[in-house]
Amino acid sequence: MATLTQTLVQVRRKGLPRPGRLTYLTLTAIAFFSAFPLYYSAVVGSLDNSALGQVPPPFLPGGNLIGNIERVFTTVPFATALINSAIVATSITVSVMLLSTLAGFAFAKLRFRGRNGLYLAVVATMMVPTQLGIIPLYMLMADIGWIDTLYAVIAPNLVSAFGVFFMTQYLSAALPTELLEAGRVDGCTTFGLFWRVVLPLARPAAAVLGMLTFMNAWNDFFWPLVVLTPENPTVQVGLSAISSGYSVDYSFTLAATTVATIPLLVVAMLFGKQIIQGIMQGALKG
Amino acid sequence: MIRSWLYRADVKASPYAYVLPFFLLFAALGAFPILYTGWVSLHDWSLLEDQHTFLGLGNYAELLGDSYFWNALFNTVSILILSTVPQLLLALLLAHVLNGRLRGQTFWRVSMLLPNITSVVAVAIIFGQLFGRDYGVVNWFLGLFGVGQIDWAAGTATSHIAIATMVIWRWTGYNALIYLAAMQAVPQSLHEAAIIDGATSLQRLMKITIPAIRPTIIFTVIVSTIGGMQMLAEPLLFGGGQPTGGNDHQFQTLTLYLFEAGFGRFDFGYASATAWLMFVVIVMAAGINYLFVRRIRSS
Repeated sequence: MATLTQTLVQVRRKGLPRPGRLTYLTLTAIAFFSAFPLYYSAVVGSLDNSALGQVPPPFLPGGNLIGNIERVFTTVPFATALINSAIVATSITVSVMLLSTLAGFAFAKLRFRGRNGLYLAVVATMMVPTQLGIIPLYMLMADIGWIDTLYAVIAPNLVSAFGVFFMTQYLSAALPTELLEAGRVDGCTTFGLFWRVVLPLARPAAAVLGMLTFMNAWNDFFWPLVVLTPENPTVQVGLSAISSGYSVDYSFTLAATTVATIPLLVVAMLFGKQIIQGIMQGALKG
Repeated sequence: MIRSWLYRADVKASPYAYVLPFFLLFAALGAFPILYTGWVSLHDWSLLEDQHTFLGLGNYAELLGDSYFWNALFNTVSILILSTVPQLLLALLLAHVLNGRLRGQTFWRVSMLLPNITSVVAVAIIFGQLFGRDYGVVNWFLGLFGVGQIDWAAGTATSHIAIATMVIWRWTGYNALIYLAAMQAVPQSLHEAAIIDGATSLQRLMKITIPAIRPTIIFTVIVSTIGGMQMLAEPLLFGGGQPTGGNDHQFQTLTLYLFEAGFGRFDFGYASATAWLMFVVIVMAAGINYLFVRRIRSS
């Protein structure tokens, strides 16, 4: 009985018990498996190809990373690919952030006929597989002469149902209706409310949405592969072009892969906490 | 008078202006192509010819008679099961561990997220190297235990395992975060009461956590199914960029099959029919999984 009371007091005072060593050992192992492929691709990217045939395989970086990266930039249009990806991802991110906040504001706080039905339509479209429309979308882009241009990559991604959903959920909870009413009394138009009240308040959620959108756009592959050529690619299309074929030059390819992954790793290191919050918030409401 | 009219117009009509950009762009570049796919699928429609002969359901009949279509369906489902089941079980365990009172929460969470941030193309390339026949780390490691060199890409089972590994690696941490979000909403008092009753950590996971986060589990199973049915990059790059998915089509997925018809042969009618059949299969798979997972109950 005494021990039970003790446990009770302990649980009440400190919450759940602290996990033991085994837990940390497991987590360390999982963190190792998460990081190892990335580490190893940088290792291979820093060797020359002859070193790859060794047994056991080399696990420490060599001195050829800069040389391999130079080779990547001189033999394939990798600089173009990086610039193209930056343009594509930035345009899509700005558009999705702005249009999602606009629509999210209307769905969360404005009253209009058909609101619930329209919102339901937005949520339903999140589940529709995008590849279903890829053939007519390609025909459309061919008709207007956008094949092999960045417009074709950007246009279909300018809006995101997930973005509208995410901003609606956030603004319903974070935007006090009294604040909007006070604004109305002071003579604000609806757009004035959006500009002066909603946008500043929406900033934290819009930033998270922006990061998620940027990463998705940077990593998008199927559609850019269909509409672009290896001469004018995005990063992912460029990577797939140099990794294709029967004998792959791995130190070359993985040096390029490392360069393409670094920007996202930097984002993850700087904003990891916010990205994780964003994923977890999106999930809770899903 | 005019002012009050303007005010009313602003309040009544302007909300539509805010949602209009989304619906306009979605209608033109999302909904229209999806519906038009159905129309194209009824024709002999190729990029190179202006004449589009109406075939009725001809493309569908041809599709259902093609053994490579059934092969692609089998491969897709096989890779889907091999990747989703271990991935979600692992994610549940991981989330349960992360839900404890850990030191360094952010560090662990960010490290779980690293694979998900890596692009799918990079993942496929990196694992293509790891699973290499001659110089791959996986074969070297297995060799330490006396396993002979495996040609991962050559066999049906081995290629499916290699591809499933890529998916598991990329998505386990992400799903763990989603489970963790749901687990944090489970009242702490339930766990406290269970600890006082002497329940172990595993018992708490099975008896309290899993029943409590059932909706989230259903959600992840369905999202993983929809995503897995559309897999393209991993098998495409694992096969050296060939849409056949290996010499014997041993790891050609449905999307690769569609890609081969649409952008290899530019047979748009046939590819559109594939897209619609794929959609039906995805809805069926998601439905079956929903019925299956719904059976998780609190005991």
